[in-house]
Amino acid sequence: MKKTYKIEVDCANCANKMEEAAKKTNGVKDAVVNFMTLKMNVEFEDGADIKSVMEEVLKNCKAVEDDCEIYL
Amino acid sequence: MTKKQKKNLYRILLAFGLFILFSLFETENQFLQIGLYMIPYLIVGHDVLKGAIHGIKNKQVFDENFLMSIATIGAFLTGEYAESVGVMLFYQIGELFQSYAVGKSRKNISELMDIRPDYANIEKDGQLLRVDPDEVAVGEIITVIVGEKIPLDGIVVEGESSLNTSALTGESKPRSVKSGDEVISGCINMESPLKIKTTKEFGESTVSKILDLVENATSAKSKSENFISKFAHYYTPIVCYLALALAIVPPVVSGLILKIGFNWNIWIFRALTFLVVSCPCAIVISIPLSFFGGIGGASNAGVLIKGSNYLEKLSKTKIVAFDKTGTMTLGIFEVTTVHNTDIDEKTLLEYAAHSEAYSSHPIARSIIKAYGKELDKERISSIKEISGKGMKAIIDDKVVLVGNKKLMDDYNIETIACSECGSIVHIAIDNTYKGHIHIGDMIKPTSKMAIRTLKNHGIKHCVMLTGDEDKVAKQVAKELDISEVYAELLPQDKVSIVEKLLKEKDEKEVLAFVGDGINDAPVLTLADIGIAMGALGSDAAIEAADIVLMDDDPLKISKAIKIAKKCMHIVYENIIFAILVKVVCLLLSALGFANMWMAIFADVGVMVICVINAIRALYVKNL
Repeated sequence: MKKTYKIEVDCANCANKMEEAAKKTNGVKDAVVNFMTLKMNVEFEDGADIKSVMEEVLKNCKAVEDDCEIYL
Repeated sequence: MTKKQKKNLYRILLAFGLFILFSLFETENQFLQIGLYMIPYLIVGHDVLKGAIHGIKNKQVFDENFLMSIATIGAFLTGEYAESVGVMLFYQIGELFQSYAVGKSRKNISELMDIRPDYANIEKDGQLLRVDPDEVAVGEIITVIVGEKIPLDGIVVEGESSLNTSALTGESKPRSVKSGDEVISGCINMESPLKIKTTKEFGESTVSKILDLVENATSAKSKSENFISKFAHYYTPIVCYLALALAIVPPVVSGLILKIGFNWNIWIFRALTFLVVSCPCAIVISIPLSFFGGIGGASNAGVLIKGSNYLEKLSKTKIVAFDKTGTMTLGIFEVTTVHNTDIDEKTLLEYAAHSEAYSSHPIARSIIKAYGKELDKERISSIKEISGKGMKAIIDDKVVLVGNKKLMDDYNIETIACSECGSIVHIAIDNTYKGHIHIGDMIKPTSKMAIRTLKNHGIKHCVMLTGDEDKVAKQVAKELDISEVYAELLPQDKVSIVEKLLKEKDEKEVLAFVGDGINDAPVLTLADIGIAMGALGSDAAIEAADIVLMDDDPLKISKAIKIAKKCMHIVYENIIFAILVKVVCLLLSALGFANMWMAIFADVGVMVICVINAIRALYVKNL
């Protein structure tokens, strides 16, 4: 299961950090942040609850980069 | 500018004003001075401080916010109030510029690639209704007015017009369409309204497919991008420790060992300058921006590149293997030459076309097409098909024989053999030989030029692989000046030959395979880089390949390679320039030759230059 989200982030390095944070979240198989198109592609583990996983992803991203947003 | 950028701009202006005002105001009272400078410092820098604290709380200590906070707080503590505020000001100006420049170029590039149609027109009760293209079902009739984008793939049912396909193919010549022609979404209607019966849903239409591909293109990261993220990962902590060492070691050495005093202030200040210089943002920002520009520029030229890693690989291409039919040739059978004896070419074709008037054989069709004029069936008195041999017709009271050599032999007519390979149709009128027509696959007009440009641009080997017969393959290869040819191959033979080529080549060299779709798919995947002739709308090609040439023009192969080379050149320029300047400035600041003003200019300046350089990657028109 793959989904794409629109994100808001200021710098390329911060985007990398968001990507790492998202990857480490439980229920996320893989995540790619594209700074240039401001999009995050998330691949979920089978059977993961997308809504709660994404809330967790957002929380983890906020932890590494205060100034970011994911439009769920 | 976005709301946030505007807010930051006002903050900077306000702080700058206060800063100037306070620096004119001289006072002996240290506390008053600190208090006054504190105001602009906090106005402009509070979010940086907040970010640094947030980072420390979440165990993400070493980032730009941390570097700037430490540097400016340190400057404050060592009594350099003006410098402290100034550094923070310039840092924020740099950040603002960066966010503006990146946002702007992102918008520019996105606009270039914007082929998304916003609506589709559906006629209801005699009125045109605008609906979401997503809601249009297959088989519905949509109307496309002049100047609009075709929203969904379909077939023209009414109207005649010309289409601008440049957003999809980079080709500026308009394409004319009439009733019965297939059209693809994303083209702009230029002349008169068209009614189109849709054949695909929006999600399956060309435009959606391409958008999806381009938008996800920069997600596949190149080695250079990964290098930079790794670099930033190690770099920031390293410079922080170096700065710490710079602040402690020299004073301890000079104080305890050399006994010439500690000079804490000097060394701490140097360490802080060192920290300011060390910001890695210039490199981190400019690399993905260069790739994005390269991919954007390429797609504007009709070359879709599926990821920055492919762009990087493409720039190292040394061997190019081609498929023949459909790639270097048009893949359509056409009359290529007419060899006539004592009759002129047009008349020969005229008689041949009339003899084939009622035939539906592809060869007959191609002769009629080459004749190009309306057939006058009144002139034909009779036509008899001689199975497996050709036609015997009576036209203008003349006996016309059109067919292969066997037919001519049957009538004891001597033929002249043709030097070209392919299908030959002989023609005799009233039992005298009048010449023959050669029908073959046409080499694309740009193929020869394409091979030459490739060779001029550092491609060592050009290899042709084809399923066609040896004689035809050799002739095409000779015409195109390709020395290595493998003919009469089945799809699995192509795979084994490409495997062999991959094994023989040097490890650093990249092999690209150029093919035109379904039967080439395994090879496209196997090669280091698969380049597909987009054959507008062919899904198999778009999916299997790493790079898609939207208008099937082989000349675009070298264009793609040139774009890739330019882009990689810019990437390396930026990496080397930024790291070099950083290292020099770091050394200068460690040795005390650079003050904090210089440091901040070095940081922001390098970034501005790198971003501007990165944007160059977008301009690929003249390559």
